[in-house]
Amino acid sequence: MSTKLAPRDQGVPDHTELLHPGMAKNYGKWDYHERIRPGVLRYVAENGDSVYTVRAGSPRTMSPNTIEKICDIADRFCQGFLRFSMRTNVEFTVDKEELVAPLIEAIKTELGFPVGGTGPSISNISHTQGWLHCNLPGTDAAGTVKALMDDLIDEFENERFPNRVKITTSCCQINCGRHADIGIVVQHHHPPRIDYDNMQICDLPKVVAICPVAAIRPKVVGGTPSVEVVDEKCMYCGACHGQCPSMEIRDADTDTLSIWVGGKGANTRGGPSLMKLAVWGLPNNPPRWPEVSDAVRKILDAYKEGGKDWERVGEWIERIGWQRFFEKTGFTFTKYHIEDGPNAMWTYNRSTQVRI
Amino acid sequence: MDKKKEGGKGSDKTKLNTPLLDELEKGPWPSFVTDLKQWSEQKPQVAQLLNQLEDSYENRWNYWTGTVLNVTGYGGGIIARLSDKAEEYPDLAEFHTIRILPPAGFVYSTERLRNLTEICERHGAGILQLHGLTGDILALGFDNKGSRAASEELMANGWDLGGSGAALRSLQCCVGQARCEMACFDTMKTTRFLTNHYISFLHRPEFMYKFKIKVSGCGNDCANAMISSDMPIMGTWRGPMQVDQARVAEFIDESGVEYLIDNVITRCPTRCISLKGKELVVDNDDCVRCMHCINVMHKALKPGKERGVTICLGAKRTLKIGDTMSSVIVPFMPLETEEDFEKLTDLIDRIWEFWNDNAMDHERIGEFISRVGLGTFVEGIGLEPDPRMVRETRTSPFIKFEELAPGRLEGEQKQEPAVWQREPESRE
Repeated sequence: MSTKLAPRDQGVPDHTELLHPGMAKNYGKWDYHERIRPGVLRYVAENGDSVYTVRAGSPRTMSPNTIEKICDIADRFCQGFLRFSMRTNVEFTVDKEELVAPLIEAIKTELGFPVGGTGPSISNISHTQGWLHCNLPGTDAAGTVKALMDDLIDEFENERFPNRVKITTSCCQINCGRHADIGIVVQHHHPPRIDYDNMQICDLPKVVAICPVAAIRPKVVGGTPSVEVVDEKCMYCGACHGQCPSMEIRDADTDTLSIWVGGKGANTRGGPSLMKLAVWGLPNNPPRWPEVSDAVRKILDAYKEGGKDWERVGEWIERIGWQRFFEKTGFTFTKYHIEDGPNAMWTYNRSTQVRI
Repeated sequence: MDKKKEGGKGSDKTKLNTPLLDELEKGPWPSFVTDLKQWSEQKPQVAQLLNQLEDSYENRWNYWTGTVLNVTGYGGGIIARLSDKAEEYPDLAEFHTIRILPPAGFVYSTERLRNLTEICERHGAGILQLHGLTGDILALGFDNKGSRAASEELMANGWDLGGSGAALRSLQCCVGQARCEMACFDTMKTTRFLTNHYISFLHRPEFMYKFKIKVSGCGNDCANAMISSDMPIMGTWRGPMQVDQARVAEFIDESGVEYLIDNVITRCPTRCISLKGKELVVDNDDCVRCMHCINVMHKALKPGKERGVTICLGAKRTLKIGDTMSSVIVPFMPLETEEDFEKLTDLIDRIWEFWNDNAMDHERIGEFISRVGLGTFVEGIGLEPDPRMVRETRTSPFIKFEELAPGRLEGEQKQEPAVWQREPESRE
């Protein structure tokens, strides 16, 4: 290996050199924006200049072939600049309205990407690594997203909901996919299975300390320092598995998926909120997870029908109440929907305000 | 070594056998399977990757083991993966991801993006993910040698590695002032400034656990900072919001007064908006900068002119104490001048010092604040308590009032030296 090293700690590239000229020129001097059609935003600067941004849904995981097609389109239409959104959409910006239609045509025919994801639509699904490249996943990510978005592409390309819908998927209970209007998360149903022959690869004090419910205790097994798990205490979260690969939490035969609703990061109206359990026990069913798509569709249909303008999924449920949510979606409310964590009592109905 | 060629993998082409994955080629949404299958014609290791993924689909099981690999001088940035099926798929024996710092706001020139792609393709499998939820560019499929070679070449070309482990993680921000009229400060500049200022903390894990900073230009939080970062930096303003009454009248003419009542006035969380004729009256004292009315009437309404940021702390997902959300630490500070940025870094320095000195292993800052209490935390970082930090005051009456119990505390016999500082023999 060469001893001459490249410069270290350079930090991030200078974004000011990577902006579309129309964005650079009016940086910080924008007046308003409008959605001229789903997937197309017009930004108007104080001096009257406009730029048009076309948002296209990407599969996130891309080969150089696809990147080259993206670059080629950006070269031809966008003066060689482009942007990616937080939800893995590609954004092409042009400064002339007459470029919008041919740009969309190029995106659809050359890239095969749909255009949309703006306003009250379903944007691209934020997702994690899954079986493709994670060391902990109980399910896939990119595949679940592909299957779901196949089903929801109409809602990506149209703006037909009361407000925007953000969906995430996560492949283990650590939930890297984060909170969203609708979140799909794996659930494990058994305590970790300890591989006693391989516990020496784990930092045992850390393994004991990481358990949120103190279910892991030091124990010498066969003359070797190891741990034991108190099954009654264990809540199958998998924190220990992340710390110690020899404590396998996943089970291909019993892991299931659950769907959570009502998360939101925006400070608008009632402020940020966490997502709550809607449906549990869906099968982890590759390659297309049809049961998950069905359940998501039921929630979306009920929300589309019952939500008022500007209500996010969580706000809609808060207004109509959980009783109506279960009625309208057809899901069953069970004892498992009732919180039993440290903040449980704050989630009970502590009033006589009941819809009867 | 003779089997493998420089920069590439496996001379023998692996035959694709992916009936389950092929199901994901159907349907209208762009398919990563189709893309990677085509790409596997040039990169045999990608065919092996797909075959292993097919095995995962068939057995609902995962075949990657995590390990550690470092680039000289860096303590993170490579997410190392070894395949459990390396005998079957030799090119996956080492198949790592490099996290690369993207430009702030995820803006690219095609020239830079091609440069990045070309380097990743030459030293590895060339698969890119734009972007990971960590805020990084993820480049997949490098062996040990390729990881190091690609990193060197990326760095020689002006790229740098992203954060991993118990370190400052790669910062993320919304598009901000580059394209959005709602952005109350320069999110891209802030992201780049903080990343570069703290680059050593990003590359060398020395914290108790990870620390994520996300930067959003306004309360709409397009960077998902509030629920998924340890430290959201959120745009806001001081003083009255801007109302253009002519555009309000236009809005009423276009959308109707009922729409305005139902969707602006009644949706205001503090009911601070009223309508007098066609004039919108805002009681700015009650406005909490939630952005809702501005979202609905973004031509007529704008954030106020004196702008800055609200700084929060503490969000993370559920392990171990349950979900935590961010809460306010600094209600308002301007973020424009060099002195403003110095104040911000001074605050971050104090937060990190107090957290890392007192937190337990693997304890994120939200968990730490939850354990020690926000009052103790705020004192620890040298800030005055502010009622805007809480939603309501406490309900529990069991309080240690330092001011009211001094006699008892001072009357206690002093233990000099403290028990824990004594030599073992003197304890007897």
